[in-house]
Formats: sequence, structure tokens, C-alpha cells
Amino acid sequence: MTMPPFSEIMEVLLLQNYNTRLVVLSTTLLGIAAGLVGSFLLLRKRSLIGDALSHATLPGIAIAFAVMVSLGGEGKSLPGLLLGATLSGVAGIAMMLLIRNTTRLRDDVAMGFVLSVFFGVGVASLRMVQNLPNAAGLESFIYGKTASIVQTDFFLIAIVAGVASLVSILFLKEFLILCFDDGYAAAQGWPTLLLDILLLALVTAVTVIGLQSVGLILVIAFLITPPTAARFWTQRLLPMLLISALIGGLSGWLGASLSALTPQLPAGAVIVIVAAVLFLISMLFAPHRGVFPRIINQSMLRRKVDRQHFLRAAYEILEARANESSVQNVSFPVEDLLEKRSWTRRQLHRILRIARREDHLEQARPGRLRLSEPGFGEAARVTRNHRLWETYLIQYADVAPSHVDRDADMVEHILGAELVRQLEAKLKETLRDRSVPRSPHPLNPA
Amino acid sequence: MNWTSFDTWIVAVGALSSVACALPGCFLVLRKMSMMGDAISHAVLPGLAIAFLVTGTRASLPMFFGAALAGVLTALFTQWISRLGNVDRGAAMGIVFTTLFAIGLILIRQAADHVDLDPGCVLYGAIELTPLDTVTVGGIDIPRAALVNGSVLLANLFVIILLYKELKLSAFDPDLADTLGYSSQFLHYLLMTMVAVTTVAAFESVGSIIVIAMLIVPPATALLLTRKLLGMLVISAATAILAAIAGHLGALLVPGWLGFESTTSSGMIALAAGALFALAWMFSPTEGLVVRHLLGNKLIDPDQELMSHSLDDIASP
Repeated sequence: MTMPPFSEIMEVLLLQNYNTRLVVLSTTLLGIAAGLVGSFLLLRKRSLIGDALSHATLPGIAIAFAVMVSLGGEGKSLPGLLLGATLSGVAGIAMMLLIRNTTRLRDDVAMGFVLSVFFGVGVASLRMVQNLPNAAGLESFIYGKTASIVQTDFFLIAIVAGVASLVSILFLKEFLILCFDDGYAAAQGWPTLLLDILLLALVTAVTVIGLQSVGLILVIAFLITPPTAARFWTQRLLPMLLISALIGGLSGWLGASLSALTPQLPAGAVIVIVAAVLFLISMLFAPHRGVFPRIINQSMLRRKVDRQHFLRAAYEILEARANESSVQNVSFPVEDLLEKRSWTRRQLHRILRIARREDHLEQARPGRLRLSEPGFGEAARVTRNHRLWETYLIQYADVAPSHVDRDADMVEHILGAELVRQLEAKLKETLRDRSVPRSPHPLNPA
Repeated sequence: MNWTSFDTWIVAVGALSSVACALPGCFLVLRKMSMMGDAISHAVLPGLAIAFLVTGTRASLPMFFGAALAGVLTALFTQWISRLGNVDRGAAMGIVFTTLFAIGLILIRQAADHVDLDPGCVLYGAIELTPLDTVTVGGIDIPRAALVNGSVLLANLFVIILLYKELKLSAFDPDLADTLGYSSQFLHYLLMTMVAVTTVAAFESVGSIIVIAMLIVPPATALLLTRKLLGMLVISAATAILAAIAGHLGALLVPGWLGFESTTSSGMIALAAGALFALAWMFSPTEGLVVRHLLGNKLIDPDQELMSHSLDDIASP
């Protein structure tokens, strides 16, 4: 495989190449429409409907072909075949809904049933009509044949994709409520059944126009992958729709261009792989929800929690030594810490390393620890926050003093300074003149 | 119609592979993972292609292992994506199998110059040709496909009988199974391996259509007729056998009625299974639509409560 010259690459990517322009443009539009429509499916947790639907279109294609031939037509007219595909897709969905609503069988069984039986019928009828004149090539609908897109096909794809995108945007609010709380939507008087049907109609439209270009198996990816990738980048619906449309469009554009440049690569497959790569990048690196940022956040939180636990333990040890008089920053044996908390020696070493890095510790004799001046201040602050939370939980949330330690621990590391100020205002009584209040429960070991 | 010993063998191969699929299919359906069969059967394509590219032959054994591995990987990747990324399992499955399928298509296209490895043959299989490829066992010529699918069926039966209680428990309540020390994770992957191996074995001889249909439709039919796991296994096996017979008969008869020459038995077997499901859907004595209509309304069956709530409510204090 040789690399095509740069000028040719740019020509294809920028739609200046007449031969590939239509193909690239069609798959881009298709990707955008599928990205939008698929988002609603994903949020409705029905991603695999696209799977069932696309398989269910196959008998329609074969039957439409047979009907057109028997009426004396040429048989391979695309609108006719796609009409057949739409009808049998709709029949598949209707059957799925019927099974789901009249039996105990769950969604996945209903989908699997429709998928397999319709696909079986489709293959059986394709085999039956294969001896009719001009039948060769019908099977390209299974794997897609992007290069065969001509101008009229392009117009069909563009119009359907445009309408589907437009309807998705127009019904944004309605679909939003349907996806997030359909029970509430129904109670508010929204026609949820009609909205569901509208959504499925959009899915059907996108699937059917995707059949010719990417094939019935890979069009499923168009409906699922971009929205799932977009979900990693945002928590809000509108940005999710836009990102999903962007990822869908990008996959269609890059995938079709790549395949146009290298004749060995089937377009549908390349598009799916581009989408999968974009998904992988999103899943691993998207801020907040991506896998790596989440791991980093978690480990940072864990370090913070460990550090605060260490400081509080140290403060409580010093407090016990001070014996009612004011707490002094003196050195204390490492063993005391091990007694106080259920740390292993290795864990303790790790935590002490963190504390040294934060300058919480000063030099001390071997086997003993001594907090630095800022470390001691921080320790007092951490202990104070902990006890404020404990007191609050005991007074306002009726938590038993014997359990309050753990409950306070669950919130104090996460909740910020503003809440602590509110706590101080609420708990003036407890604070009185002490900067660090007494523990509301006996400390262990005292 | 002209029934020959060929037809008998075709029905036998169809029935063996159908039953081999229907048994693990019952557990898939109970575990709400019906779509996994579809996903695995698409996703084995790259396994086949890589095995072919590596060994350079269409020998069955490497192909078999390549495909089975790809099948298990599908389950594994789906699990990872839905765990790590917090993604809906259906969506994760969709992403994994379409991507693997796409990789398979590209690999096959690369290999296409050297050999005829048609994705179509994986999809449709060639059940009509299975009687031509025979091996001699004890003096009788048996189609190789019958032997392969028969062995897989026996293996599946063996695993199910051996781990019946564990599979049953983890199908209805994975958490309780975990608590009692039967790793539902292990059983999950065991089931996935079973499905992948069965799929691949059936693939080579009868095509993926039968596999996808038989993993779901007979168990779904059985679920409409019984509330007992053992009954479900038996009924779905019977449904699978009936579908194989009726399907092949249909393949011989139906094209003639419609004025066509012929069709493929695998597609018709899927259709026959669908028809059997429709019969159960209408006439099941406990919840058939017709029966319910005649009796006026929904039937309430104490077992149904048990099943829809699973063991959760009973096990938790």
C-alpha cells in the first residue's frame, strides 16, 4: 500500500475531488444525523434498538426487489428498496413493542427475537430472489457499498439526514423529558407514546439511509458510538448532542476520505474504526468522566484523606498528652500512631512520605515524630472541622455519638470551606472560646 | 417433494446445532443478555480472519480457536467498557461488536487477494452442503458437521448438568451466588465461553443466522410456557428440534409455492423458530394472548411473582 500524495489527501478531505465528494459528504451528513438521534437512544438506554432495526430491514429489501421486478420494473431502484426496508423495519419495531407489552419477556429478548427472525427471513428471501434477473448486488446492503452513491442517492441522504437532525433539535425539550423521566413526562400530560414513536421513526430514517453507504451491521455503530463517546465529555444534553454530532460527522468525513484514498479499505469499516478510536480517546482522557482523569482524581482524594487522617491522629495524641491544659506541639513516638489507627507499617510509611512532602513534619529523633509549625496549625484545623461535623450530626441529624466518627469522616474530606463557615455559625455554642472543641465522644485509645 | 438421506442429515445437523445453541441461550435470556449472542456472532469475524492470516490455511482448528477467542474477548471488552467507563451495557456491547466486525471486514479484504474467505459464507453458512463432507465412524458415514455440533452439544450438556445449581442461582440472583461463594463472575465467563465455542462450531457448518436465532428464540418460547428452569431447558431443546425439521421442510416447499427455485434452510429454520414462538405467544396455556382473552383478563400466577422479584426480596432481611 503506497501513501497517496499530500495534494490528493487534501483534495479528498476538502471535498474538491469530484469522484469522492458525494461519498464523503453523504457519510458526514449521515454521521451528524445519527449522532443526534443516537444520543436520545443512548439516554433512553435503548441503543441496541438500532441493531434490531437494521437487521429487520433486510426482508423488506428482498421483498421490495421481488415486487418491483414482478411489476415489470428494473428492480434496483434505490427509493423503492429503501421504502421496502423502512416498512419491514417498522414491522420489526411494532413486533418488538407488541412482544414487550403483551408478554413477560424483557426488552432484550424482544429485540433479539425480532433481530434474528427478521434477519433469517431476510436471508431466506434474498436467496429466493437471487435467480431473478439483475439481482446481483442486493447483498451489498449487508456490508455497505459506499462507492456506489450517485447524485440522486446523495440528495435522498442529505434530505433525510437534514430532516432527522432538524426534528431532533426542534423536539429537544420533549425528548429531554422523555429520556430522563418518562413517568414524569406522562404524568405531566406529554404524549410519551407518540414521542417514542417519533424517536423510533427518526432512528428508522437514519438506519435506512445508512444501509446503502455503510451497510446494515455497521450503521449500528453510527447510532451508538458517537453518543456514547460524547457522554464522557459533558453532563448536559445540548452539549452532548453537539459533541455527538461532531464525532459522528468527523468519523463519517475522515473514514470515507481514508477509504477513498486507499482502495483496499471498505468505507463502512473504516468509518466505524475511526468512530471507535474517537470513543476510546473520549473514554480514557475526557476530563472528569474519562478513565485516567478519574483515576488521578481518586488517588488525589485518597492522599488528601490519608494526610488529614494522619494530622488528626497526631493532634489527638498531642491532646491526650497535654491532659486538659492547652495542646503543645511536642514530639511523640511513631508507635502511638500505629496504635491509634489501623495502619500497617507500610501504609504509615507512605503516609509519612506524603506528610513530609507537604512540610507537615520536622526533623525529630529516630522513632519519634514532630509536627512542623504549619503542620500543627493544619492538624488543629482538621481536627476542629471533624469535631464540628460530629457535633452537627449529633445535634441535627440524630446520629448516635458512638457512630458519629465514621459518618463525619464521610463528608469532611469533600465538603469545602464555605460549609465549614456555615457550621461555625450554627455551632457557636459548642465552640465558645475554644479554638478546637472537645471531641463529642470518647477517643480510642484515650 | 423428494426427501432423501441428504435431507435427513441436513435436519440432523440443524437440530444438533440448534439444541447446542438453545441450551446456553436459556441462561443468556435469564441473565438479560440475549443480545450477547448476536454480538459474539458478529465479533468472531476478526478472529477467523487473523487465524487465517497467521496460519495461511482454512484449517478448522486454528480458525476455531481464533473465533472462540474473539468471542470471549467481546464479552470481556463489553464488561470493561461498561465497568470502567460507566457505560450502559447495551451501548458497550454495540460498540465492541461493530468495531470488531469492522476490523474483521478490513482484514478479510486484505486477505481476499489470496483466498476466498467470504464474509457471506460466515453469515449464511452452507447447511445444504454439510452432508457432502463426511467422516466414517464405526463403519457409517457421518457428516463432519453433525459430529462437531454433536460434540459441542454434549459438552454443553455436561457443563450444564455439572453446574446446574450454580448456573441456576447465578442466573436468578448473582449477588446471592457471590455471597454463597459461587463466583458469578466466573460463571459469567464460563457461559460466555460456552456461547462463543458453540457459536463458532455452529458457524462453520450452518452459519450465524441459526446461531443468533437459536440462542434467543427457543428460550424465549420456553419462557412463555414454563416457569421452571429445567422445563425451560427441555422445552427450548424441543422447540429447537421442531424448528430444524419445520425449517428444512419449509425451505423445500415454500419457494415452490411462491414461484421461486430455492432458498436457504438456515434462514427458514430461523423463521420456523419464530413461528413456534408466535404459537406459544398466542396459545400458551398460562399466558397466551388467546387464552388470556378467553378468560377475560390477565392471569396471576404465584410463581410469576417469585420470578419477577427474583430472590432479592427473599434473601435480603
